[in-house]
Amino acid sequence: MGSQFLSASTALTRRAVLGLAMAAGLVLAAGMPAEAAPKTSLTLGMAVEPTGLDPTIAAPVAIGQVTWQNIFEGLTTIDRDGKVKPQLAESWTISPDGLTYTFKLRQGVTFHNGEAFDSSVAKFSIDRARGADSVNPQKRYFASIDTVETPDAQTLVLKLKQPAGSLLYWLGWPSSSIVAPKSAADNKTTPIGTGPFKFVSWTKGASVELARNPDYWNKAAAAKLEKATFRFIADAQAQAAALKAGDVDAFPEFGAPELIESLKTDARLATVIGNTELKVVAGMNNAKKPFDDKRVRQALMMAVDRQAVVDGAWSGFGTPIGSHYTPNDRGYVDLTGTYPYDPQKAKALLAEAGYPNGFSFTMKAPQMAYAQRSSQILQAMLAEIGVTMTIETTEFPAKWVADVFKGGNFDMTIVAHAEPMDIDIYARDPYYFAYKNPAFNEILKKVEATSDAAEQEKLYGEAQKILATDVPALYLFVMPKLGVWDKKVVGLWENEPIPSNVLSEVHWTE
Amino acid sequence: MSFLLRRPIFSIGLVITLTLVAIALVSLVWTPLPPTKMQIVHRLKPPMAQGLLGTDQFGRDVASMLMVGAWNSLSTSLLAVAIGATLGTGVGVIVAAIRGLTESVVMRICDIIFAVPPILSAMLLGAFIGSGRFTAIIAIAVFMVPVFARLTLGAAQQIWTRDYVTAAIGMGRNRAKITIVHVLPNIANQIIVQVTIQLGLAILTEAGLSFLGLGMPPPAPTWGRMLSDAQTFLGQAPWLALLPGLAIALAVMGLNMLGDGLRDLLDPRDQS
Repeated sequence: MGSQFLSASTALTRRAVLGLAMAAGLVLAAGMPAEAAPKTSLTLGMAVEPTGLDPTIAAPVAIGQVTWQNIFEGLTTIDRDGKVKPQLAESWTISPDGLTYTFKLRQGVTFHNGEAFDSSVAKFSIDRARGADSVNPQKRYFASIDTVETPDAQTLVLKLKQPAGSLLYWLGWPSSSIVAPKSAADNKTTPIGTGPFKFVSWTKGASVELARNPDYWNKAAAAKLEKATFRFIADAQAQAAALKAGDVDAFPEFGAPELIESLKTDARLATVIGNTELKVVAGMNNAKKPFDDKRVRQALMMAVDRQAVVDGAWSGFGTPIGSHYTPNDRGYVDLTGTYPYDPQKAKALLAEAGYPNGFSFTMKAPQMAYAQRSSQILQAMLAEIGVTMTIETTEFPAKWVADVFKGGNFDMTIVAHAEPMDIDIYARDPYYFAYKNPAFNEILKKVEATSDAAEQEKLYGEAQKILATDVPALYLFVMPKLGVWDKKVVGLWENEPIPSNVLSEVHWTE
Repeated sequence: MSFLLRRPIFSIGLVITLTLVAIALVSLVWTPLPPTKMQIVHRLKPPMAQGLLGTDQFGRDVASMLMVGAWNSLSTSLLAVAIGATLGTGVGVIVAAIRGLTESVVMRICDIIFAVPPILSAMLLGAFIGSGRFTAIIAIAVFMVPVFARLTLGAAQQIWTRDYVTAAIGMGRNRAKITIVHVLPNIANQIIVQVTIQLGLAILTEAGLSFLGLGMPPPAPTWGRMLSDAQTFLGQAPWLALLPGLAIALAVMGLNMLGDGLRDLLDPRDQS
């Protein structure tokens, strides 16, 4: 372009044009490094900002979605297929009675602050998680551990009180992350782990920045990105705009299914629909009238047309479920037929339970689109059988956790349960459903008592059936993972066997 | 007829407003479909394909929702303005009768209320008593009080300087009596005009509150929430945002034109 002007210009303007062209070239070079080499930084979008950055002290899954496998690692890990893999523990042996786990720990692992990882650190982490004053969100996972022994720096021995068939899986969770004794107390704001990325900064309300850990112990799995930024954008319209403008390179959990079609038309973006563990359930307060009557709960379940909920609330993206279990969990049984949509029967059962004219209750619905829409649809469906629902919007997570989850001050609520294989929440006491069934608890005990996978799956099937019959919560649907990202980004997980954004394999092509 | 033709602004405003009121009243007894009836199989159908104005993301009839929305919007706004106008006018005429330090104090309080936008006061109120229609009405009414207080104070002060008022004072009538007999009837025109104009503003504010989730809770349809729900569907179903947006715009425009027209009409100096 510059040369055309050059041929017809005077010496003076020639110099000026040349200068301009050079300046333009510089600007171009600075603005488009992608031309020369693939980008080494990634901006990843999330809808919910974590409340802190220590997954071992608080429940919100957003914490693990930023830190797990990026900053923090565990003795074991869970891979993109949901399988348990060794991580900071190189290998392990389990005694025949299932009561002694002996881990051989990896050598040469250091934390981002230079502290070395050994068996005393592993013991510290486990003791911190199971201790009397622990606030670990999955504290009960450590309840079966009787003693933690460290015969030498490279060996960790866990002695159990009773067999725990899922222990290795649980040790891979974000809440089981290994933390350094010196820095553990400050992990909430300045997380320090052993992972492929180091924490750089957290701008509250906007973003968390990570940088590559050059001293990562596993050279084979070292991060390919130099810099990773998590940006928090709650509004779905803004999420779409950020993706289209290239401000955000990837939104692994895009918030609005109705906008997916419009993003598909963008040649630069890839839309990837995967599986998740996000079970959308409308939990009821089983301790409160009239929800303490099983028949009432069953009647409400029969008043719900699950497929219509999926279509209306989530543009048809999603799979109806009949129990607290997803089709990608092992031992899944399709129980949507236990109480299928049948408003006539629902009405009759409600009358039998003593509510021929229905009743009124309040739904505490968090602000998320899926919860708001699903509750409006439920409201219309329950109105058909004479039940009046008043929707009260609550703020997730803070207000919801205080009010519903901890306070138990609710009739019905609706949230997506994100933890995989968390059917045991119905055996927990206290838990917000206030559901109590000794037969159910017994089955879950048996699951832990055996390490035979086939037997476990059979037992999980029985547990699912009890829930489908007792209906402690209205089981609605599993949300898909609506991943949208730049086509040049590779390595992100397509499915979500556990809520996460694992970045170690992520890189740009070209 | 020629009376109306000579005043086009007033006429157009009147027609729009009356139509709106008529639709709102009709919605109380009849709508094409129940506005809360969901037919999810028929979701996101364009106008004329399913019902007169199409369906929303849950397959509800948009025309029915707009009709009931008109009633909800109008009744909320009317109540809010009625409360605001009554209180504001009361304060205005009383202060005009008393004058002195009271006037300064009341007017500074008005300034303070003016400084707090109704959206903010609704959010504060919503945090204490929960959001809903009552919150919306109070929040808008609180905002209306100083508007009417200022207007009536100014107008009433003028009346107090008139000779017939001076005469009445001279004859020993007390100030309350003068306010009722002389002041209020003479400023009524201005208040009526202001009520009409504020009604348009109230509808706009109510829509804003509903848009933010501070208005009437679902399933009651409101124009503001219809607009807010339509946001993410803009690409697929533009009518979902267009129709309630148009309804709000029309209502506000109609009431403003009616207010302007009334002002011209009731102005004694205008003899055209």
